[in-house]
Amino acid sequence: MRLAINHTTRYRYTAPVPYGVQQIRLYPKPTRAQTVVDWSITVKGATKQVEFDDHHRNHVMLFSFDPDVTELVVHSQGLVDMADTAGIVGPHEGLTPLWLFLSSTGHTKAGKGCREILRRIAGGTDLERLHDLSSQIHGAIAYETGKSEIAWTAEDALAAGHGVCQDHAHVFIACARAMGLPARYVSGYLRMDGQDEQSATHAWAEAHVDNIGWVGFDVSNAISPDMRYVRVATGLDYTEAAPVAGHRYGMADEDMDVTLRVTQQQ
Amino acid sequence: MDMFDEMQGQEGHIRDPYATFDAWLSEEDATRLRAKSREAEDLFRLTGITFNVYGRSEAEERLIPFDIIPRIISGREWQRLERGIEQRVRAINAFLHDIYHRQEILRAGRVPQEMISGNEAFLPQMIGVMPPGGVYTHITGIDLVRTGPDDFFVLEDNARTPSGVSYMLENRETMLRMFPELFNANRVRPVSDYPRNLRRSLAASAPPACEGTPTVAVLTPGMYNSAYYEHAFLADKMGVELVEGHDLRIVDGRVAMRTTRGYQPIDVLYRRVDDDFLDPLSFNPESTLGVPGIMDVYRAGGITIANAPGTGISDDKAIYSYMPEIVEFYTGERPILQNVPTWRCNEKESLDYVLANLSELVVKEVHGSGGYGMLIGPAASKKELKSFERKLRARPGNYIAQPTLSLSTVPVFTNKGLAPRHVDLRPFVLMSPERINVTPGGLTRVAMKKGSLVVNSSQGGGTKDTWVLED
Repeated sequence: MRLAINHTTRYRYTAPVPYGVQQIRLYPKPTRAQTVVDWSITVKGATKQVEFDDHHRNHVMLFSFDPDVTELVVHSQGLVDMADTAGIVGPHEGLTPLWLFLSSTGHTKAGKGCREILRRIAGGTDLERLHDLSSQIHGAIAYETGKSEIAWTAEDALAAGHGVCQDHAHVFIACARAMGLPARYVSGYLRMDGQDEQSATHAWAEAHVDNIGWVGFDVSNAISPDMRYVRVATGLDYTEAAPVAGHRYGMADEDMDVTLRVTQQQ
Repeated sequence: MDMFDEMQGQEGHIRDPYATFDAWLSEEDATRLRAKSREAEDLFRLTGITFNVYGRSEAEERLIPFDIIPRIISGREWQRLERGIEQRVRAINAFLHDIYHRQEILRAGRVPQEMISGNEAFLPQMIGVMPPGGVYTHITGIDLVRTGPDDFFVLEDNARTPSGVSYMLENRETMLRMFPELFNANRVRPVSDYPRNLRRSLAASAPPACEGTPTVAVLTPGMYNSAYYEHAFLADKMGVELVEGHDLRIVDGRVAMRTTRGYQPIDVLYRRVDDDFLDPLSFNPESTLGVPGIMDVYRAGGITIANAPGTGISDDKAIYSYMPEIVEFYTGERPILQNVPTWRCNEKESLDYVLANLSELVVKEVHGSGGYGMLIGPAASKKELKSFERKLRARPGNYIAQPTLSLSTVPVFTNKGLAPRHVDLRPFVLMSPERINVTPGGLTRVAMKKGSLVVNSSQGGGTKDTWVLED
């Protein structure tokens, strides 16, 4: 299946920005489930400085704001060929040791809420327990947009009882690690069935299971990722896999809007 | 335990390296020396070399006491130390490269994985990053103590941003000014070329993006930092810019500083800002001391950061206890310099031993520095011992313990004549892709209080000029 993606993020600032940098992780990762046929990233209002692959093998680009801009537009588009691997990403690769994915981070610290979920987990194998974990979280945290905050931790979302895909992923990661399984955050694109316009980028989680490798879990949709899921960046939590992260000087406030089209070409 | 005095020796006759000095001293008039000692103090006050002591609001800036009696090391003694230090620094560098790449030493089980995985000094962002020229530790300070004529121990490795080199240089300059005749009589190896060597060594570690003569700069957290004097001093002596984070921008894929001719790229940044504050995009997002994006430029080969981020994983006190294994693993040689025997309190049997022998041991925090938060058993009160016992039981992994070493003494000059005081030594080591350069001597720190074993300047320690003689 070939997916065509067209993704624009527009930032508007209430005052000219004297200087700042923007770190962008928007290049889909080549894996056995996805082949990037064509991809381009352009940024208006900022100049590309460097690019490199980070320790999660994310392709990172650093841009610096052009002097006194009031608008910054990040646009990426391209074609990705997708194959169905039943949610299995494959064996762990690269220098980053698997044990790193057992470390808890600010967003993924397991507390009382996670322990409560973990007590209810059933299943004969790690894989079964992870599927059960995914559905338990799906039941515990209702998907509701506009009511959660980007800085929320796994425990914050559990306490609130609602959240977005980011929160679902963080709770899953916190719990999987507490079960002794390496886990990571994935940011990417999802083509919702019969729908070209998507409201936002998506996020899900992956856990590492012996003899299988990394397996994806989309708690928000209660399934494992299939051909409609384009993996872009991974990390220990949202902060390492965020599509865009920046640091600005000056006092301006920011207003952001996203347009995202994911269409099926074949 | 017998105390070893480096001047008087154990049997009370002057040891060889001090012979010429002793002859001079016995001819000197005490009144003149007292006047010289006061003059030296005035000189330090004039040059403005001061030190901010954390947690002491009544005396924020203080002069570190300087003692006019030099600490003298023979050329032969130094040769062995130098080889041992080189070996150690080479091993530290190889360890860092391994830890941030294939982690062979963990796979081989020579260092337990938990020592790295549970360690905040380990920076995942450095995984797979090859620093320019393969150098991680451009500047190292290896703290040594001595217990006998041939017994030197490494007390700790300082592989982050070791300070104190400005004292080494100022102490020598002061001695040269006060007592020029001494330097005619003794063949003392010079240290004054340290700034030039530092600059040369840093320049030799320039990144691939560097064109022409490398531009070096010193990054300071600013004038409120306790070592600000040293940052300004080193920049000045090297003839390079002293910059702060807000002076720097990312321009044309490089980290650049504002000059009268626009932004100029920096090739090598000698940073005196801790890892956590270096880049708010990669580390502590609240940091205002660093340069947003510098890690990205670094990973793309656009700048050399000295020392490399993440070197703290090698000088952690818990890792320290594995240094003999680390030296053997990477060099295939037996360590030339000994480690102080160390009990890791996260191991049950060690903790039991430490608790049973607390009054005889020195207990240190694994991540501590500057002599803060440590216990010196023999000098501690019952109350202090009790309180440390509680701390040890609550967080054993946070502590290591070592025997109380009988540190060597060197006389200091007091109003009542010479009196022995305990000393340590911090030699400074420069590493470039081509060579390792150990400055002959280093900083001798001296506990000014009688019997005290704490030499840290933050705890009232002083310094001495350190001589390495040409044999």
